Amino acid sequence: MQEQYDVIVIGAGVVGSAIARELSRYRLRIAVLEKNLDVCNETSGRNSAVVHGGFANPVGSLKARFCVSGNKMMDKLAAELDFPFKRCGKVLVGNTPADMEQLQRTMEQGAINGMDGLELVDEARLHELVPAVVGKFAMWSKNSGIMDPFLYTIALAENAHANGVSYFFDHEVTGIHRETDVYVLQTGKGDFRTRWVVNAAGLGCKRISDMLGITGYRVVGSRSNYIILHKRMGRLLPMPVYPVPNNVYMGIHVTPTVDGNVTVGPDAENTDKLDDYTVPQKNIEELAASGTVLWPHIHKKDQIRTFAGIQPKLVDENGTVQDYKIEIRDDIAPQAVNLVGIESPGLTASVPIAQYVVELMREREAFAENPAFNPCRKGIVRFADCTPAEQARLIASDQDYGELVCGCEGVTKAELLAAIHNPLGVVTMTGIKYRTRAMMGGCQGGFCQMKIEQMIEQELGCRPQEVCYSRKGSWVLTGNMRGEA
Amino acid sequence: MERKEVVIIGGGPAGLAAAVELHKQGVRDMVILEREDRLGGILRQCIHDGFGLGRFGESLSGPEYAQAFIDEVQARGIPYETGAAVLELTCDRKVTAATRSGLRQYEAKAVVLAMGCKERSRGSLGIPGERPSGVFTAGSAQAYMNLYNRMPGREVVILGSGDIGMIMARRLTLEGAHVQAVFELLPHPSGLPRNIVQCLDDYDIPLYLSHTVTEIHGRTRLTGVTVAEVDVDRRPIPGTEQEYTCDTLILSVGLIPENQLLEGAGIVIDPRTNGAAVDEALQTSVPGIFSAGNVLHVHDLVDFVSLEAETLARSVAAYVAGTPPVPCNLAVEAGRGVGHTVPQRVSGTADFTLSLRVTGHYRDCRLVVRQDGREVVSKRMKKAIPAEMVQLAVKAGNLRRIGALEVSVE
Repeated sequence: MQEQYDVIVIGAGVVGSAIARELSRYRLRIAVLEKNLDVCNETSGRNSAVVHGGFANPVGSLKARFCVSGNKMMDKLAAELDFPFKRCGKVLVGNTPADMEQLQRTMEQGAINGMDGLELVDEARLHELVPAVVGKFAMWSKNSGIMDPFLYTIALAENAHANGVSYFFDHEVTGIHRETDVYVLQTGKGDFRTRWVVNAAGLGCKRISDMLGITGYRVVGSRSNYIILHKRMGRLLPMPVYPVPNNVYMGIHVTPTVDGNVTVGPDAENTDKLDDYTVPQKNIEELAASGTVLWPHIHKKDQIRTFAGIQPKLVDENGTVQDYKIEIRDDIAPQAVNLVGIESPGLTASVPIAQYVVELMREREAFAENPAFNPCRKGIVRFADCTPAEQARLIASDQDYGELVCGCEGVTKAELLAAIHNPLGVVTMTGIKYRTRAMMGGCQGGFCQMKIEQMIEQELGCRPQEVCYSRKGSWVLTGNMRGEA
Repeated sequence: MERKEVVIIGGGPAGLAAAVELHKQGVRDMVILEREDRLGGILRQCIHDGFGLGRFGESLSGPEYAQAFIDEVQARGIPYETGAAVLELTCDRKVTAATRSGLRQYEAKAVVLAMGCKERSRGSLGIPGERPSGVFTAGSAQAYMNLYNRMPGREVVILGSGDIGMIMARRLTLEGAHVQAVFELLPHPSGLPRNIVQCLDDYDIPLYLSHTVTEIHGRTRLTGVTVAEVDVDRRPIPGTEQEYTCDTLILSVGLIPENQLLEGAGIVIDPRTNGAAVDEALQTSVPGIFSAGNVLHVHDLVDFVSLEAETLARSVAAYVAGTPPVPCNLAVEAGRGVGHTVPQRVSGTADFTLSLRVTGHYRDCRLVVRQDGREVVSKRMKKAIPAEMVQLAVKAGNLRRIGALEVSVE
């Protein structure tokens, strides 16, 4: 007999991970089923990584409400969970009287939504804030920020795991049925029984919703492409620079990352292919051209990578984008929390969304508190970010800190070992990359990937052909070149 | 903080040759810092032959070539530390390195930059498409095979006709992989003619010029690439696309000096070489910091790297001995048909060797150095190609004290 869970969360994106963590505050048997080999593999990690200010979302919407409260709690979360977050502010840059009117409307909307620190600034002040930006005036949102979505999601998931949540990667839910008071979730690796189900499947939200019997939602994919610029460029961009937005689309913007890179994007086009992350050449060129209108430092020689992300947008019959749908349909699927169309600002709003999900559940069932819950989690120490004195102390405590493996990003063997033995048991090259930044620098792993691959083999006792790059089936090597396979 | 006369960053061919020559010049108080766990640099993974024809008059493998210098370093008792990764270099020549036994901090009279180069990656090319596994730079595939005994794939397409790419075409073939073709964006090969013959022709691997990979396919492992012909502006020509089924794409699309430490020290970088801009003593814009080898500009043959490092060593020996520096105010500019030159500044009062690359294929041409339009020196060449570095000796006697130099192909 398969063990039975109190709650199973489907999806280990940022929202699923936040829900798992919120649920771990209670005495529940909780599992997370994720089809990929790591957390944060889809929408959660493929975006601008901006902590939004909630001014661009319609008054009264869940998006606005959760975004504003998520923004306000981000310092506390960063302190508890040890992930990179910078409240650097951001500017929305305008040039025309129409832009000014729109910015004033945006400011009013932000104020009603409860956001502080919104201010209109003139060109001179704008250039003090962001020296090279092109624009006549701007709305400055002092409380907007940037974060690392991978490390944030990893932190949420690791904290949930430390508080008792079980994680199952490579477990795609292929069917759901209900047996009396229990849901049976089918996966390629066996059935899982649970009293509660939470659909946090992101791009798969409609599929899971349909499996629960809650049908009729229209979800479209909105594809975004991005360019990543070299780390040296971040020094020239102290905060994200956006054009004047509307309530549906933020526009192509330039954003510093917490690590000093700059991203340029996103463009947006609807797609049915929810797993196609191809970045077309045409879009790369258009992004660079559009970004340059705002900020003149986008040069081909600094482009180190491109990426694409897809957001699930819930739309009505006219194609108009709707608010988040977060519901328990007691009539159709009792004890199932259904989240549909969780798109931007989902990263900012993740914990408030999770709290709301738990509230909906607690309205229907009393959960006993977990007295052992610990909200704090420590991440992997970053040698490169330490002072020389701290670096010396680290090496004295563990010689592996003195062995640099990734030269570009300054990642040591000690950090890589910690990443290989991560609490969630993730074993992919990209899992190690996101946890340490190894292979993210100028040479993109040209010098260090073989060392890291060998460390995985040695530490985990696997064969070369078993090491995956990212997704299941993304083998890196065919095996040994000579000798035994 | 330990004081040293000379700190050499990098224990590959440039650093080793510089160390030996410095020792010959009487310098003793020096150290080589090498980030890997042994000396030799990239030569350690270059197990093919063809090294040292110029210097030793015989064809050596990479490890053999390196060993000749390592033996000399050890015989002379030149201090070196392996597993020492330099974290920071400042403009006042303080060098911080991480080692397993702690941080090392040196204050050097002179610093030698000999860090070599890195490969251009897929990201810097901006090849559109998915991000499956199975896309390797030629050097990383070479490291997997020759240093780690790991096989990167079975069905291979190679983009770029750089030397390492062609050498890997042969290497992969010898280890049982099937290399379908090498595609080169430019209308001429990027690598040396001898590698086209010995690595491609001998194994019936076709080389297609003016072609590029326009898309990468595969969500997990690479499943194929789209290849198209390109026009004179290197833009893909619609309608010429062809699909190739493969599990491995090897990129050999150029090398870039490993210049990350230069930025921290505020050293001026020449955008044409991506290495430091140097004077005839191979001194960078920061006094006391010198540069040679592939970190200065990408060479075609290691023999020239060694020679350049020895030239550098003689300048460094003079510098630490307190010989007053000669002002180098004459700019050396790359004119028609020339991609870059090293050095970028000269004094006009000393002989120097000019290293350069041409940008196109030339036959029966003349390389000419002019100062304010007046011809200073020239060299007749039957053939000049971008793959081969050209060197030109310039005598001080022919130079005036004022006026920029320009090198061009005629």
